[in-house]
Amino acid sequence: MSEEKYIPKSKIAEWFDSRLPLLSMAHHLREYPTPKNLNYWWTFGGILTFCLITQIITGIVLAMHYVAHADLAFESIEHIMRDVNYGWLLRYIHANGASMFFLAVYIHIFRALFYGSYKAPREMIWIIGMIIYILMMATAFMGYVLPWGQMSFWGATVITNLFSAIPLVGEGIVTWLWGGFAVDNPTLTRFFSLHYLLPFLIFGLVILHIWALHIPGNNNPIGIDIKQRSKDTVPFSPYIVVKDLYALLIFLIIFAGIVFFVPNILGHTDNYIKANPMVTPSHIVPEWYLLPFYAILRAVPSKLGGVIAMFGSLFILIILPWLDTSKVRSAVFRPLYKIFFWILVGDVLLLGYLGAMVPEGWYLFFGRLATIYYFAHFLLIMPILGFKEKTLPLPTSISEPVLDGKN
Amino acid sequence: MKNSYKNFFLIIIFTIFCLHLNLQASEERTSLIKTDWSFKGVFGKFDRGELRRGYQVYTEVCSSCHSISELSYRNLSEKGGPEFSIEVTKNIAESFEVIDGPNEDGEMFPRPGRLSDKFVKPYPNIQASKAANGGAYPPDMSVLVKARKGGAAYIYSLLQGYSDAPEGYVLDDGVYYNKYMPGNQIKMPNVLSDDLVEYSDGTEATVEQMAKDVSSFLTWASEPSLEARHKMGFKVILYLIILTTLVYFSMNRLWSRIESKE
Repeated sequence: MSEEKYIPKSKIAEWFDSRLPLLSMAHHLREYPTPKNLNYWWTFGGILTFCLITQIITGIVLAMHYVAHADLAFESIEHIMRDVNYGWLLRYIHANGASMFFLAVYIHIFRALFYGSYKAPREMIWIIGMIIYILMMATAFMGYVLPWGQMSFWGATVITNLFSAIPLVGEGIVTWLWGGFAVDNPTLTRFFSLHYLLPFLIFGLVILHIWALHIPGNNNPIGIDIKQRSKDTVPFSPYIVVKDLYALLIFLIIFAGIVFFVPNILGHTDNYIKANPMVTPSHIVPEWYLLPFYAILRAVPSKLGGVIAMFGSLFILIILPWLDTSKVRSAVFRPLYKIFFWILVGDVLLLGYLGAMVPEGWYLFFGRLATIYYFAHFLLIMPILGFKEKTLPLPTSISEPVLDGKN
Repeated sequence: MKNSYKNFFLIIIFTIFCLHLNLQASEERTSLIKTDWSFKGVFGKFDRGELRRGYQVYTEVCSSCHSISELSYRNLSEKGGPEFSIEVTKNIAESFEVIDGPNEDGEMFPRPGRLSDKFVKPYPNIQASKAANGGAYPPDMSVLVKARKGGAAYIYSLLQGYSDAPEGYVLDDGVYYNKYMPGNQIKMPNVLSDDLVEYSDGTEATVEQMAKDVSSFLTWASEPSLEARHKMGFKVILYLIILTTLVYFSMNRLWSRIESKE
């Protein structure tokens, strides 16, 4: 991106900036030329940054009051809810914040899929993003274990047991993960430690994600490169800042609605029952945002196969930039891909729904069908479509469709 | 573009529909008895009288088996709860015997309860409670309402759901038939009967009344911050809506510079 260089206005600024170019960076972030045709689906990057910071701040305070011990964790959560000043608010923000974080990240990912934001030259942004997403799932899963309720305990048991499917070393790995021969206090304390650590790794990766973004610049709804900076872009501040803020505020209204009026709607009632290794809940389900992967896991008849399919479903996302053979980025000009995109969205939602069901009868049948389709979308449809699809003519510049008088 | 928005909304509606089905499918039991709960809704608040009567039902009936280990006596006088006066609450606390200690001789000793004490438990531990109740553990009621699908309505219904088992239905030993209990078999006997307690405010103690009062009380016990939460939520959302409106107009004004350049 070519842009005006930062010119220090004072001697001190010049001295400082030549030694540590923080002022240049601030200048760059302010002036960063952003395509002016970004729609609201592009505001989720800012929303996600907000979510991460909110989770970290509320999490740090919660950790001051939480006790990571199998005998005390459940009670310490109630201590936070009842005796800590505004503890209920912190905990409900943190617990529902995780859900809102995932809601935003799913929209963010599907936006990238729709507009081809993962394609050259933006592969690094996409790959870092996918690593962030996987770390987010690990963090959220371990966070869900901390209240030490029934779903915490049994969810941890089910998920950690997956590693036992690995041939030869599986059992050993599970014992190592647990720190014993069952999910117990050592499991809880290490999950707490990692749950505190991972968000900071995510934070670091977010910086890399944004850095990688600032090299080629933003993609945009029509997916073509910027031709003329003065015509096609606006400076990040104030134009994009105020637009992101507006979207964030609407997001916050929904967030606040959940936190203040239905704070337990996304949780499972069983997690208000203290963990009991002697009583298995009738139906163990993970949090909603992990359900599609849970459905894939259970769709495969063999345990090892299920685990491979589940991790494979994430891995193919990482190599997506090379599975998609189409030269055109935006689905706006790809009539066939557009249809397949929406089928994929439906497929993932269906998988999520089936993940919450008992895998038998029709549920299992559709679970398998949806799993096969999920893989087919990435491994067959995406590569073939690039060669077969007749794309629509691309506009010559970002400002052109605006000038056409359609807006 | 218009089309994709439409699709997105359709999909959201589809999801909600699915979740709805999900909830219905997982609750294949008799639909719960409906009643008006004062604490439901955006402005929902507890009914003080209801909470106080509910506390009475809890102490006189439930507390012989069920603990509420997370409540302290002081909570009874706090805002958003039954709001007994400090004097009344102190008397309540003192009416219970708390085992404290060890003292300087290394002995545990009984003393009258204080405001800061947690509710005295009927049994010293879960094993003792099981031994006294034919092997069934009477669950702690601290977060019971949040730990059951249906919440307050479930407890309200369950307390009124006892009847003789339908013909041909084989009940296990020491188990009672209840149409709202998942599996219809419950180890807790039907404890409520009309005029079981004598309400100090003169309310007629019907089974329905006691069930409602105690369900409200247990909702408060599970969520003592409910009123504070509703109050703050209203202010927060109002503030956000005003701010959003202001930001919206500023944004339009700002972006009009870009659009007018065309």
